[in-house]
Amino acid sequence: MKRFPKTNGYECGAGAPARQRQTSKEFPTKKGSRLASVSEGRFFAGGGARATLSQSRRLVQAFILTAAVLLFAGAGPSTDARFKDLGHRMMCTCGCGQVLLECNHVGCKSSDKMRDELMAAIDKGDNDDLILQGFVQNYGPTVIAAPTTTGFNRVAWIMPFVALGAGIIFVTWVVRAWKNRPEPALADGITIPHGPELDQFRAQARKETEQ
Amino acid sequence: MAQIGSFALLLALALSGYSFGAGLLALFGRDAASARLGETARRAGIAAFGAVVLASFVLVSAAFADDFSIAYIYHHSNRDLPAAYKFAVLWSGQEGSLLFWSLLLAGYGFVLRLRYKTDQRLFAYASVIIASVQVFFLLILNFAAHPFAIEQGGIPADGTGLNPLLQYPEMVIHPPMLYLGYVGFTIPFAFALGALIMHYPGEKWIHITRRWTMVTWCFLTVGIFLGAHWAYAVLGWGGYWGWDPVENASLMPWLTGTAFLHSVIMQEKRGMLKVWNMVLIFATFLLAMLGTFLTRSGIISSVHAFAQSSIGTWFIVFIALTTAVCAYFLVKNLSNLKSEHKLESLVSRESSFLFNNLLLLVVCFTVLWGTFFPILSEWVQGHKVTVGPPFFNRVAVPVALLLMLLTAVGPLLAWRKTSLESLKRNFLYPAIGSIAVGLMMILFGVKPWEDPSYFYAVVAAILAALVIFTVISEFVRGGRVIAGKSGQNIFAAMFQLCRRNTRRYGGYIVHFGVALVIIGILGQPFNKEVEKEMAFGDKISIGPYTLVCQSYTQDDNPNYANEWAIINVFRGGKQITTMYPERRFYKASGQPQTLPRIYPSFREDLFLVHDLYLVYEGKNETNGRPIIKAHLNPLVPWIWIGLIIMVFGTIVALVPNYVPVTVTATVPVRETVHAGAGD
Repeated sequence: MKRFPKTNGYECGAGAPARQRQTSKEFPTKKGSRLASVSEGRFFAGGGARATLSQSRRLVQAFILTAAVLLFAGAGPSTDARFKDLGHRMMCTCGCGQVLLECNHVGCKSSDKMRDELMAAIDKGDNDDLILQGFVQNYGPTVIAAPTTTGFNRVAWIMPFVALGAGIIFVTWVVRAWKNRPEPALADGITIPHGPELDQFRAQARKETEQ
Repeated sequence: MAQIGSFALLLALALSGYSFGAGLLALFGRDAASARLGETARRAGIAAFGAVVLASFVLVSAAFADDFSIAYIYHHSNRDLPAAYKFAVLWSGQEGSLLFWSLLLAGYGFVLRLRYKTDQRLFAYASVIIASVQVFFLLILNFAAHPFAIEQGGIPADGTGLNPLLQYPEMVIHPPMLYLGYVGFTIPFAFALGALIMHYPGEKWIHITRRWTMVTWCFLTVGIFLGAHWAYAVLGWGGYWGWDPVENASLMPWLTGTAFLHSVIMQEKRGMLKVWNMVLIFATFLLAMLGTFLTRSGIISSVHAFAQSSIGTWFIVFIALTTAVCAYFLVKNLSNLKSEHKLESLVSRESSFLFNNLLLLVVCFTVLWGTFFPILSEWVQGHKVTVGPPFFNRVAVPVALLLMLLTAVGPLLAWRKTSLESLKRNFLYPAIGSIAVGLMMILFGVKPWEDPSYFYAVVAAILAALVIFTVISEFVRGGRVIAGKSGQNIFAAMFQLCRRNTRRYGGYIVHFGVALVIIGILGQPFNKEVEKEMAFGDKISIGPYTLVCQSYTQDDNPNYANEWAIINVFRGGKQITTMYPERRFYKASGQPQTLPRIYPSFREDLFLVHDLYLVYEGKNETNGRPIIKAHLNPLVPWIWIGLIIMVFGTIVALVPNYVPVTVTATVPVRETVHAGAGD
């Protein structure tokens, strides 16, 4: 009987003691930093006319930044959440075509190694962009699971919405054009009711068919 | 055996070639000689079916006879492969699956050629077009991907075995279903192109192909969902759709086929969209061919793809040629497709169909764009990029939600014009009900403002509920009218309603099934997973369950060795089941395979049902402890229930309408009958 090799798992390092890892959806990722930067933008935008105003602004700014740091420091993404988030933004490079954390191929050396590297990078304190850049350097651009939003890759994201927008405009134009077409000519003596008269006939037809 | 198979393939090519050539010649003449020639072409087409059946039979027989002198059998079978999977050998590799394609096409062609009396001229055109597609596949089979090629260097003692991923019961059904769908779209395509070429008057070709199209669509739907279920039940990652290029390839013709099924209603009812319907069915056929090409060319990496081969060039030429032929005849005969497009109102069933088509095509374009963007990127930037699930989820999901909104609203709109009052009357209660569903989700702790995936889940739930409520309200409203007139109870009246207009109400049932599928998908953001090395007696807690490892065991048979865990599942302190997640090691191919075990919680949770999904991942090499991964996947079972309802709806739509027959008969009235006796 052949022994089956150990496969994936989030373990970092051989001989890890028995452990349990639980993951479920966790949210706040960059919320804190985003809010903080918005606050900064607002305060800097109107600033600098008078010294006192400037000082008080700085005080308020410092207060808000401190509050933001205190507020969001504890709510920052946990290591598990970051691991899960980043692991779902990368592909396994073994050729299975699966997202890194979803590759469960037996004895897949790529995903085991990549997971270890990802966990090590998170433990080291690198930010998300730096971690992703590191993986791109090591494994090439195909390691990222979706096109970036820079350069030509932006086209990938834009085109479907351009198609949707163009399609909506076209269909709306077609519908309007069809609606505004003149009525077909009728033989003498035949008239088609319009407006309230037509609505009255419709209401009568509905009444007769639904009762 | 190989010689018989090879001969059968050559014979099939000759017969199909004759069916095409003679059929084409016969179409040019209208005299008796042309009619006789056309008849020989028809019979050749029927005989070609026999030859392809013979070739397929020989290949399957070779698998059962373990004839490893045939290279295909050597590479896709082995002596200890169970009998059911020896059938699956036919479609498990490049050459065999092409033969299977050809077999199904020959089968469809056989049925069509037998029913030629419906409209001899139109059927003759369709027969020639089908024969041309058949010739293409048989050329590949005879000259590029020969299934009866002889294994070089002597006859091996045993084969290398069937891919372990394919050794699963659903794999015996999934590819045939998918292929029936792919191949089946050749029929409406052939009729459409034939009708276009021969300036066929009226919409009769649509009536003739309506059932073909619906059956084909149903096969493709079942094929796609079986594939998703197979991925869920076999691949062991807890998901069912990975936006793999080959999955995408099957989705694209489904999307255009769905658009076609809707827009032909416009042509039938209002004589509109004649050109558009032609374009849609051409696109559907070409996308089905593109899907076949993607799987076989090796231009896009995919777990589903067959080995890279030269047949990609054949497909490119065929697709280009077919596109050119379709475009030529479409432009040439555009004047015959003139229709009187006149709309009375923007708020009408016609408008909703147009927007429905638009959204389906935008989703199709997104999938096509995402699938081919890596190639485009390589051309432009010099390197490939990956377009994986994050892209498709972010781009296609919002459009799909808009489509759900239309699915809910569309049936409530009347043809020509819908008054605001009527819309309000039909829409009010379903809208209130669906908003209540959204509010309930928020009350139960789903906060859409905290995460985009939660936002999408709430919106999807609201829209799915809206579809369900509008479908129910349509049935109830119609049922009440009939009940009021006939005195039947409401359920009998609804059944009667359905029988009177099977297509309409069958369609509503399909919409109902789609809504259930969406409900199944929207549970994804709430998935949980736990992974643990489990010794005897160790526990895992996940959701309401406690999993206790009772034991491990192993077994061995000629095909594979396996080991599995015995996990007792407790809920609320009570044992509810025992699960056996398994791992196999296939001896012939030397490949391991995970077999997850799934427990749907129907008995405990009626509506908020979920799957408990256990995977035996292997053993920690260091300490020898087995690793178990448990997933809790909410609502997933609704996806499979939704599929069953979609199939049921399609079957209902295929049933002819019940038309009450009025028979006038003279009945002698006996004077002795007392008044009121029959009351």
